Amino acid sequence: MRAPLSWIRDFTPIEAPPSEIADALNQLGLEVDDVDAPGAEIHDVVAARIVQVVPHPDADKIRLADIEFGGGRALRVVCGAPNIAAGMVVPFAQVGAMLPGDFRITKRKIRGVVSEGMLCSSRELGLGDDHDGILVLPDDTELGADVRDVLGLHDVVFELSITPNRPDAMGIVGVARDLAAHFGLPFALPTAPAIELVDRIGDVSVVVDAPERCPRLVARVATVVMGESPAWMQQRLRLAGMRPISNVVDVTNYVMLERCRPLHAFDLDRLAGRGIVVRVATDGERMTTLDGVERTLDGGDLVICDGERSPQAIAGIMGGRDSEVDASTTKILLESAYFEPAGISRSSKRLGLRSEASARFERGVDPNGAAAGADRALELLAEVAGAVADPATIDRYPRPVARERVTVRSARVNAILGTDLTAAEVRGLVEPLGIETEGSDPFIAACPTDRPDLAREIDVIEEVARRVGLQHIRRTVASAPAGSVGRLSEAQRERRLVADVLVGAGFCEAMSMPLISPADLEHVGLTADATVEVANPLRAEESILRPSVRPGLLRAVAGNAARGEPDVALFELGTVFGPPRSGDLLPDERTMLGAVIAGTVRRAPREPDRAVHVGDAVDVVHALVAALRLADLAIEAVAVPGLHASRSARILVDGADIGAVGEVAPEVLARLDLVGPAATLELDVGALCAGRRRPNRFVPISSFPPVNFDLAFVVADDVAAAEIAATVRAAAGDLLERVELFDEFRSDALGPGRRSVAFALRCRAHDRTLTDTEIAPLRTAVIDAVVAAHDAILRG
Amino acid sequence: MSARPLIDRSSDAVGTALRAIADATDLDALRAAERRIDDEFAAIKREIKSVDAADRSAVGQALGTAQAQARAAADARRGELEATAGAARLAGERLDLTAVGAEYRRGHLHPVTQVWRELEDIFCGLGYEVHGGPEVEDDWHNFEALNFPPGHPARAMQDTLYVNLGEPEQVLLRTHTSPVQIRLMESQPPPIYAVMPGRTFRRDTPDARHSPVFHQIECLVVDRGITMGDLMGTIEVFFRALFGDVEARFLPSFFPFTEPSAELGVSCPFCSRSGCRTCSHTGWIELGGCGMVDPNVFAAVGLDAEEWSGFAFGFGIDRIPLLRNEIDSLQTLLWDNDVRFLRQF
Ligand SMILES: [Zn+2]
Repeated sequence: MRAPLSWIRDFTPIEAPPSEIADALNQLGLEVDDVDAPGAEIHDVVAARIVQVVPHPDADKIRLADIEFGGGRALRVVCGAPNIAAGMVVPFAQVGAMLPGDFRITKRKIRGVVSEGMLCSSRELGLGDDHDGILVLPDDTELGADVRDVLGLHDVVFELSITPNRPDAMGIVGVARDLAAHFGLPFALPTAPAIELVDRIGDVSVVVDAPERCPRLVARVATVVMGESPAWMQQRLRLAGMRPISNVVDVTNYVMLERCRPLHAFDLDRLAGRGIVVRVATDGERMTTLDGVERTLDGGDLVICDGERSPQAIAGIMGGRDSEVDASTTKILLESAYFEPAGISRSSKRLGLRSEASARFERGVDPNGAAAGADRALELLAEVAGAVADPATIDRYPRPVARERVTVRSARVNAILGTDLTAAEVRGLVEPLGIETEGSDPFIAACPTDRPDLAREIDVIEEVARRVGLQHIRRTVASAPAGSVGRLSEAQRERRLVADVLVGAGFCEAMSMPLISPADLEHVGLTADATVEVANPLRAEESILRPSVRPGLLRAVAGNAARGEPDVALFELGTVFGPPRSGDLLPDERTMLGAVIAGTVRRAPREPDRAVHVGDAVDVVHALVAALRLADLAIEAVAVPGLHASRSARILVDGADIGAVGEVAPEVLARLDLVGPAATLELDVGALCAGRRRPNRFVPISSFPPVNFDLAFVVADDVAAAEIAATVRAAAGDLLERVELFDEFRSDALGPGRRSVAFALRCRAHDRTLTDTEIAPLRTAVIDAVVAAHDAILRG
Repeated sequence: MSARPLIDRSSDAVGTALRAIADATDLDALRAAERRIDDEFAAIKREIKSVDAADRSAVGQALGTAQAQARAAADARRGELEATAGAARLAGERLDLTAVGAEYRRGHLHPVTQVWRELEDIFCGLGYEVHGGPEVEDDWHNFEALNFPPGHPARAMQDTLYVNLGEPEQVLLRTHTSPVQIRLMESQPPPIYAVMPGRTFRRDTPDARHSPVFHQIECLVVDRGITMGDLMGTIEVFFRALFGDVEARFLPSFFPFTEPSAELGVSCPFCSRSGCRTCSHTGWIELGGCGMVDPNVFAAVGLDAEEWSGFAFGFGIDRIPLLRNEIDSLQTLLWDNDVRFLRQF
């Protein structure tokens, strides 16, 4: 919404400087995006008449215009705009002139021809983004006149971003009323004369078939003389960001901008059946709107039809072509209606068609302003289009809307705002906003019907807050009740712990898009069968919700490798989505920890670099077990999709599958253009943290010396070292302090499918020095147990 | 035999010893010299028997002094030679310490996570709890209970991504963290002092300032006697904890789930309000929205708006590292995962 200051001053005598007005508008909640002084940056641009247009000798799209601009001055300029013609009056920037954007006009050679200045479009003058070529000024403009005077550019325009609850501020009048209240100035809106109500105007009839969608419709009839609107009206429309079209259309736009009162003028002679019918559209019905597009309607749309029920406008959104006013129009039917906002919003959204009118109707215009708005339009039409209006008015308004009567308690105002206002002060604050009050405390606030946002006590309290000014309300601090403690929950603390473990292991936290495509999954060897689909994705790459963080992490690794950083360790803690569990509406959301380590582990110069090993990912699992003190986490060899078939495993916590670890499958690496090995893990953090824990109790430290010995066994390849260690632990009993795998190898001597695993055992007692006589049977028991349980052979 | 010849022999032996010790250039030579000296002193000692008994003690004394003198000289020389040898050994073990260590590849929390934790910690310090909720929501929690009736124009302010579950447009990717407010009020009675950080979604084309997926934090307080003054004061306290010596600014605005509502801004912490590029030369940075919980929201969760009042505010988390660390684009911050970026913070 662009509000020119001069227009605001039509309704309140505001004299404050523009910066102060802008501050006031912000404090009132009418957010100022920009204060535009369009003329401030324009110098030496004058009105000039094009005498003749001749072709450029060396260019097709560029022409030469001979112009005169008063006092016998004449020049030749080069111009690329297609719309120029001899006789037009246009803005001419002389050599040395200034245009917005600190743009100084110089004498320039364009394709070999010198241009003594430039003809200007409205965009070049800072008047909106109109690309329709050179701005055409009224024919009677005095040549040589400063365009700032011609176009009213000495004005200041406030560019406001109006929240959806304030339709009234989509009109100059609403803005002026707020400002008048703020500055304590009078505010006056001329009252409309009493209207003469009739059922028909001559042979013109109005039928409203859908009163629930069109609670009010006012129709007036007038004869008009079509033409251009006067300069002052064109100036204001331009400043407000609209393009002048014709006097009749300009007047409807003018009233819309001034009163938030969209109107539509039909060419009465083109309305078959000499009248209008408002009805809901039928499914599949078609009509061509003013913009030349044929629209297919459905039963949710509201149409204004001619007397023969043929659609002439999509109600509240856009008029139709057939009954549009044009130069031949002599008689108009002016329609001023109130349409139910939600219906307009739905239709506008469904049709993808938004207009200045629909933006206002969907917020809710004043139903009681319909007749006065039509009256204001006819008053202006009389002035600018020689209109003679039939004094009769047709008004279909079966259920007049009354002011909302809201009970307001000063105690409640103060309880919500933290203020200390009396009821009289509250009334004094809201009355300048057009709210009528009755009674003392509580009092009744009768709210103006152009403020559909005022229907409850809290709505009036918000008005009080705006009037008091939020910066004047004393700031206090709400503190949590005594005895309550603010802290993270255990789950939140453990989530941080998990991240900290990864950071401690040298991983960088990544964030990858949770919206992916099925192809992303297939790319990394996962299937896309049980995923949640996005119904209206903006891009195909974002069409499903990720069931795994692995695709995103691997994509990040590939991206880094492509940028010359192949050696990375990344992790992500993020939500993944599965289909709802039975009976649920919402997807099954889980927080997953994913990690990938790829490329080379840099150790040079003191040790040789080494390639990343799947064990680097397994180390992370062990670090998590230690940090969370998990009692039962098992690594179970199994081929995991997307991972190396014999270098991958499921992770079991208390026997339940909570994720996987392994080396990324070679074909996946190839698809990602990755050279080096990559190891990855993905764990369900909730399930991980739900695992049974080892007690966090102190284990006494023995002061007696340990007995250390090693045992090496030859076992089959598929016997897991972790299982042998478990057997060792069980057989050795309490004296065993530690068992560690320290060597593993295969050799021809051991034979195919077999390998040697060597463990270092440390035994220690808390109360004595262990002797050989105690250790010898323990050692034998351990050997016997491993041999028996795993078909192992003791080496050497 | 008189004492004299042996006494003279002792002092000769000392003289010879001192020269030999001084001439020893390494520990082996010193040890050889010491052996020769010991042999000479042993020989002298053997001769003492042939000296007159009365003079023996004088010879013994002279011999003792000579031996002590030689031993002291040998010890001193040994010290010197050992020091030289040690220094030579260390010199041979030289390592260039500027060459043995590489840039340490420590792990990094994402800059967003770092701010996220800081925000949680500030609110925990104020006595608040931290809560979360599902990222895929139903229409009730994301819109309807928050006073966005169907067809309400405010819904159009939020371009929503829907998922193919339930009825059409019933299940969606939450457009804000506010649905967690509803879940919290549905699940526990007031008083509530809580913050709700989380991931949010809009149907948006990604560019330097927009992302279809981003992060927000929401704050909800519901208690008896909570006022707009409490809202503004609490936000200001929070801003000071986050940004230092700043002021909070409130401009009336509109959100369906709060009334009165306000835009919430902070005085530019980078230029102390004198105007800079970060604040677009306005001295203020708009961060989010806030307001008093709308009575319709209380009604939706079955709370009596006459008994309870409350406030809520929310803002984007991603904005904070963008501002603080002068990161040029949301894409760099969020989805590129460029390690050259991640390793900087
Ligand atoms: Zn600044």
